[in-house]
Amino acid sequence: MDIRDQIGFVTTSIRAKRLHSALTGLGIAVGIAAVILLTSMGEGLQRFVLSEFTQFGTNLIAITPGKVTTMGASLGVIGSERLLTLEDAEALRHLPGVEAAVPMVQGNVEVKAGTRTRRITAYGVGPEMDRAFRMYVGSGHFLPPDDHRTARPFAVLGHKVARELFLDRNPLGERFQIGNQPARVIGVMEPKGQILGFDMDDTVYIPAIRALDLFNRDGLMEIDILYREGQEAGEVVAAIKRLLLARHGQEDFTVTTQQQMLEVLGSVLGMLTVAVGALGGISLLVGSVGIFTVMTIAVRERTGEIGLLRAIGATRAQVLGFFLLEGTLLAGLGGAAGLAAGLVCAATAKFFVPLLPVHTPWSFVVLAELLAMAIGILASILPARQAALLDPLEALRSE
Amino acid sequence: MIELREVSRLFTVGGQEVRAMDRVSLDIASGEYLSIMGPSGSGKSTLLNILGLLDTPDSGTYLLQKWDVTHLNDRQLAATRSRTIGFIFQFFHLIPRLTAQQNIELPLMLAGVSQRERRERSRPLIEAFGLAERCHHRPDELSGGQRQRVAIARAVINRPAILLADEPTGNLDRHAGGEIIDLLEGLHRDGLTLVVVTHDPEIGERAARRIRVVDGRIASDSKGP
Repeated sequence: MDIRDQIGFVTTSIRAKRLHSALTGLGIAVGIAAVILLTSMGEGLQRFVLSEFTQFGTNLIAITPGKVTTMGASLGVIGSERLLTLEDAEALRHLPGVEAAVPMVQGNVEVKAGTRTRRITAYGVGPEMDRAFRMYVGSGHFLPPDDHRTARPFAVLGHKVARELFLDRNPLGERFQIGNQPARVIGVMEPKGQILGFDMDDTVYIPAIRALDLFNRDGLMEIDILYREGQEAGEVVAAIKRLLLARHGQEDFTVTTQQQMLEVLGSVLGMLTVAVGALGGISLLVGSVGIFTVMTIAVRERTGEIGLLRAIGATRAQVLGFFLLEGTLLAGLGGAAGLAAGLVCAATAKFFVPLLPVHTPWSFVVLAELLAMAIGILASILPARQAALLDPLEALRSE
Repeated sequence: MIELREVSRLFTVGGQEVRAMDRVSLDIASGEYLSIMGPSGSGKSTLLNILGLLDTPDSGTYLLQKWDVTHLNDRQLAATRSRTIGFIFQFFHLIPRLTAQQNIELPLMLAGVSQRERRERSRPLIEAFGLAERCHHRPDELSGGQRQRVAIARAVINRPAILLADEPTGNLDRHAGGEIIDLLEGLHRDGLTLVVVTHDPEIGERAARRIRVVDGRIASDSKGP
């Protein structure tokens, strides 16, 4: 029997009971709308977070002290291993293919200019940090390429710190206190805003050697390597490992490429998307109960019709097919309505709250519709089987 | 055409075994016009259901066109009903949401006949049965006689060898009932084997061969006027 004929035949029963069908479809529609809206938000969030990360560039490699065998960023916990030093950073800088090596020490500190004080995050970095992380100086200069051991006590202020400490005055050349050290402002960064909750404008950049002293640390928290565009990440990682092994005598450090970090982050956020999608799926379960109920009622109401179909030559398989198809079409139509509603909601959310990251990939739309139809089939299996197994004679008598 | 050999059918009603058919043997030749009469519960409907492969005998053999159809599987049963047998019921059994024409074409649709061919085959029947003006109406917009004509058209559209009618006039007034019998007899004259179950003697007597069923057995089998 032609599938178009089957659909045509089944559609007559869906259309004959419009309200019934619409209410049943609604159950699925709500579920699909929830799934598509939630996964759109999850996907939007994923894209948002990844784009926040990749704005630093993707050809970055982070070296942290200590060896971790599981993935994830080490927080720079000091163990029995040798520390990462400024000399390590200097040596790494001279590896072929390396464009910049940025030592990194970070801590919380109070800054004071005149009578104004503020607690901020201070980063002890190398003179190439602005280039490596694509951060731009708004006025003045970034830290000069001094010898890392004797770097002068200069500081570059984040946009917000500059405003808070010096109000409307030009801070360039001004002296201020950072912790117990004096420093002189030689530059102010462009406004950068927040990245993953960290206010990048509420920071001060000072030479790494000064930060080690300030925070009373012996080793660096991290060295970030920027390698040349087109260079194979694996080769650079191998070269870094060879060099540090030679210097330390053992592998007491961890090398993580930006790509690896993004993959881990991506998979975590992907899980999140699946999880919120599954949450929306609970309402789909409710919708499937609706389909099951309506199909069971349909079989009961149309028992005489089933008997007739069998009497005029329909096989059990054909009867089974009719009811499966009806459930699938009902769910499919409901799913399509839900998709439309979900997409409209997503677009509306984006329109009114532009900051809300919402993104709906087409694959999600197709998958959601397939999911709706699969639920339709599953929910109508039992009623359809019941219909197929009816004795034709009994069924005919029921009318 | 049809050979029943010692066919029995048992039902259990309230724990008691009832012989709805008791070792019935019956031959029906191709092109015959046969009526089955008898009181309610005599087993005449059971006989018709077995002839129409809607019911299976508990014992005995049923040969249809020299083919043993006593133990067919679902697919074979469906195919045989589709190709060989046409059914007419007392209560028409039309599908209420389909138009008259769609109801008539239903067996062809189930058999996988294309829409074009369905139209070609239903058209002359619709004309011949006087349904041309009503063919796009649904059953609830048709009179009883028209509904039964639709049902008859549906029964014969797949050109069956045998037409089984279970009280075809039972739900119609005298006038409409007469028209339906005229129509059926016309089909018989065109070569169709016709079996009519009825408890109306006036209709039963019109058949060339008349069978009387009492208590699951053939009590009499008479031919000629």
